Amino acid sequence: MTKLLILIVVVLGILAVAQLARVYELTSRLRGKREEDISDSDNRFNGRMMWLFLPVYFGFFLWLCIAYKDKMLPVAASEHGAETDWLMDFNWWILIITFIITNILLFWFAGKYVYSKDRRAFWQPHNNKLELAWTIAPAAVLAVIIIYGLNSWAKITAPASPDAIQVELYAKQFDWTARYPGADGNLGATDFRLINGTNPLGIVTRESVAARLAELDKEISGADSTLAHAILAETKSHELTDQVERMRRNKQRIINLRTLMEQDIIEKGVASPYTHGADDVVIKEFHLPVRQEVKVLIRSQDVIHSAYLPHLRAQMNAVPGMTTTIKMTPTITTDSMRLVTKNEAFDFILLCNKICGASHYNMQMPLVVTDAAAHDAWYAEAMKKPFQAPPAPPAPPVAVPVDSAAVAAAAGNTVAQAQPSH
Amino acid sequence: MGATTAHAHAAGHGHEAHHHEESFISKYVFSHDHKMISKQFLVTAIVMAWVAVIMSLLFRLQLAWPGEGFAFSSFFLGEKWAPGGVLDPNMYLALVTIHGTIMVFFVLTGGLSGTFANLLIPLQLGARDMASGFINMLSYWFFFLSSVVMLASLFVEGGPASSGWTVYPPLSALPKAIPGSGAGMTLWLVSMTLFIASSLMGGLNYVVTVLNLRTKGMKMTRMPLTMWALFLTAVLGILSFPVLLSAALLLLLDRSMGTSFYLSDIHIAGEALDHSGGSPVLFQHLFWFLGHPEVYIVLLPALGITSEIISTNARKPIFGYRAMIGSILAIGFLSFIVWGHHMFITGMNPFLGSVFVFTTLLIAIPSAVKVFNYITTLWRGNIVMTPAMLFSIGLVATFIAGGLTGIILADSALDINVHDTYFVVAHFHIVMGMSAIFGMFAGIYHWFPKMYGKMMNTKMGYAHFWITFVCAFGVFFPMHFIGLAGAPRRYYSYSEFPMFDGVVDLNVLVTIFAIIGALAQVIFTYNFFYSVFRGPKAVQNPWKSNTLEWTTPVEHIHGNWPGPLPVVHRWPYDYSKPGKAEDWVSQITPLEHGEEEH
Repeated sequence: MTKLLILIVVVLGILAVAQLARVYELTSRLRGKREEDISDSDNRFNGRMMWLFLPVYFGFFLWLCIAYKDKMLPVAASEHGAETDWLMDFNWWILIITFIITNILLFWFAGKYVYSKDRRAFWQPHNNKLELAWTIAPAAVLAVIIIYGLNSWAKITAPASPDAIQVELYAKQFDWTARYPGADGNLGATDFRLINGTNPLGIVTRESVAARLAELDKEISGADSTLAHAILAETKSHELTDQVERMRRNKQRIINLRTLMEQDIIEKGVASPYTHGADDVVIKEFHLPVRQEVKVLIRSQDVIHSAYLPHLRAQMNAVPGMTTTIKMTPTITTDSMRLVTKNEAFDFILLCNKICGASHYNMQMPLVVTDAAAHDAWYAEAMKKPFQAPPAPPAPPVAVPVDSAAVAAAAGNTVAQAQPSH
Repeated sequence: MGATTAHAHAAGHGHEAHHHEESFISKYVFSHDHKMISKQFLVTAIVMAWVAVIMSLLFRLQLAWPGEGFAFSSFFLGEKWAPGGVLDPNMYLALVTIHGTIMVFFVLTGGLSGTFANLLIPLQLGARDMASGFINMLSYWFFFLSSVVMLASLFVEGGPASSGWTVYPPLSALPKAIPGSGAGMTLWLVSMTLFIASSLMGGLNYVVTVLNLRTKGMKMTRMPLTMWALFLTAVLGILSFPVLLSAALLLLLDRSMGTSFYLSDIHIAGEALDHSGGSPVLFQHLFWFLGHPEVYIVLLPALGITSEIISTNARKPIFGYRAMIGSILAIGFLSFIVWGHHMFITGMNPFLGSVFVFTTLLIAIPSAVKVFNYITTLWRGNIVMTPAMLFSIGLVATFIAGGLTGIILADSALDINVHDTYFVVAHFHIVMGMSAIFGMFAGIYHWFPKMYGKMMNTKMGYAHFWITFVCAFGVFFPMHFIGLAGAPRRYYSYSEFPMFDGVVDLNVLVTIFAIIGALAQVIFTYNFFYSVFRGPKAVQNPWKSNTLEWTTPVEHIHGNWPGPLPVVHRWPYDYSKPGKAEDWVSQITPLEHGEEEH
């Protein structure tokens, strides 16, 4: 109700302003003044307003800088982030100086040279030296900005070193899942057609392919029998027929995938990415060790998302159909960051930064950065729940992990992210 | 670029006043007259702008006071989209999408170019009308239809398009991902197709008219800068809009015909889709190949208008006329090779990113030249503070503030951490939104006497400018800080993120400024429509301007000039020229013996 009253008052206020202006116009017309004749007092008023605006503008800027200085992102918690921040500050100083000078000139001139009948404007159509000077000056400054910027960019986007650990971030509406490579140090191959309740990332292994095929067979025969026996509305039955056809096509493609997988395993043996999936750790937690380079592989299941880690100054889109990567080295643990920010509840946050649907505004996952020992402990715990339990329980318990780890080392830690072609 | 041979067409049109009586329909509705078409564009744009402004208020209320109910929201959105007056998250995304679409395309492209290219090109070049009046009429009616379709999309089941004004697939392709990608998105694509057709018809007409119908003596290098700007704008539109059309058509095929241009490996709503082999990034390349020139399609007319108004009202020639033309050409050219700076973090090849950093930052040079030239034009001028002049000075201020932050965003290493945050929202609203709308306001105040033969109220113009100017910074300046704190755009609410608690109170400040700023537009709208009907009668050349449009009679006539077409003898910026009695010399005044042109 108060809001409505405020609204009414404001609208009446505007109408009053309009009416006042109207009255003023009528009286000035009576005095023989025409609308296009801008009076000296109008010119003076607006000139003074230009002068007044300048300190108000700068004051507002200054107030925002001071009042919100501590509410900006805290110190960068990654190696490249420190450099990004330096580069940002370097740019800011150039920009703020330019901002202040150009605005002072603009508003100062606008207020100073207001119209006077007794004066004539200075005839100055061009001045080549001046124009050349202010073409070259920004060009020189920009050259510096470009060189520094590209230098940082090249470092940030350079390939990850072979020592980097791998983590996959998987996005879907509206949450994140992380995948760690497990004991063999390599991430297994994936295919979106295998996605189901027990395989949310579509990891390809012999077992997951067989399970998905069996599941599809069951779904297809279920739908077939519905179509044969149930009485359905025409649209509904069309829909179901379409769906069954889609499932059949999917099944065929999964069979093709199985052939590919078997061939690849025959050719490459344990180096095949199809053999790396079983021990992968699929988990709704995101942990990283401090001061260890990490290569993050980013994928999406449905629409474009963006993996944004503001505290680590890192961001990369998650695009369905392709794998994007970033590399980074966290430099501050969560615990240290809590001390630095004097905030007990501080967490590094991974958030979605590309519009992805209704709950886009709440698609997040905390990132926990710990020292190496704590990370290893967490990882060892997590590896107890691999994607697939080891196939044969009575088999010698140590042989499998040792073997595959050795093979992985021999293969030089190749990226096991090869997307099988369909 | 010799003196033009434009008369073949215009001569037949000319001398004998051919006043066959026009019916209401042919005069006001399906008019071929460029002046009437320009007014049609303007009024349509004002209506569309209000729709977009109200949308922005609806989502600003939610951002400032998340989860609170507002009678304002339920009044406009009803129980379905604002249960209890609280905005629905899907509708929030729909509102930001349609707000952006309307503002960028319908107000600042169709409205700005459509109004001023139509009004000014024949008048400032000394032509009887556009090269093709009929195509010009079609251009407006396609624009009108596309506006109607866009407005109709607000009322479909599932709501209007909601995937952001950039409509990136797969979100825009899959109704299962967001309800707005159903019928709403289809209508969005239909509307944009009509809009592109309108824009192409208009653009071709503008280019042909500028190249062929300039009057005797109107060399390219004697054209007012408005003409250069509108000409380049039309060229940019012709070269880039077809690419958006193809992007939209491929998206339609992906949506309805099962093709896979943009879609691949998608598993949604428990089902793996058939699409295979497409790339969502392809759409982004196609979209931004239009999208970036589009920024300049929006901006250049405003800069052209400002050049003209600043020179006229500073009573001083525009400083560095040729440098201004050169910078318009440079901006126009560069605008086609910078689109990738919208895509630094899409997984595009980093080396390609480096190239786009380089080309993008180059644009800062011609932009800086323009700003310096504006400021120098004011220096030792004799500034008449008309409302149009105020808005032009305002444009220079917003162009500085917004242009500078562009340097941060163009620098890929820095863009990583501000990409898609409120920093971007602040940047493009100031540099593109505010600059262009200020240019449009400046143009309306300046050429209102030409359009309607009436004067707008100056005092209301002052009130409109100062409130709008202060509110523009009040709204968009704090957004830089929200963005630097890492807050993403297109978030329905920040309450799920304690890390943004420190800056969300700025949203309240922003919304209050937004409400006041919107109310200031009531003053403008009232002033505009009141003056159309009841404003004092205008004189022929109220601002003592040199350009040709002010040599036409106040009453509009078909063919613009009652007698023969004017002949041009000089450039348009002979203000305060030494040795002249007046501080202006019309372009039709012959050079005196021994007088240098400039």
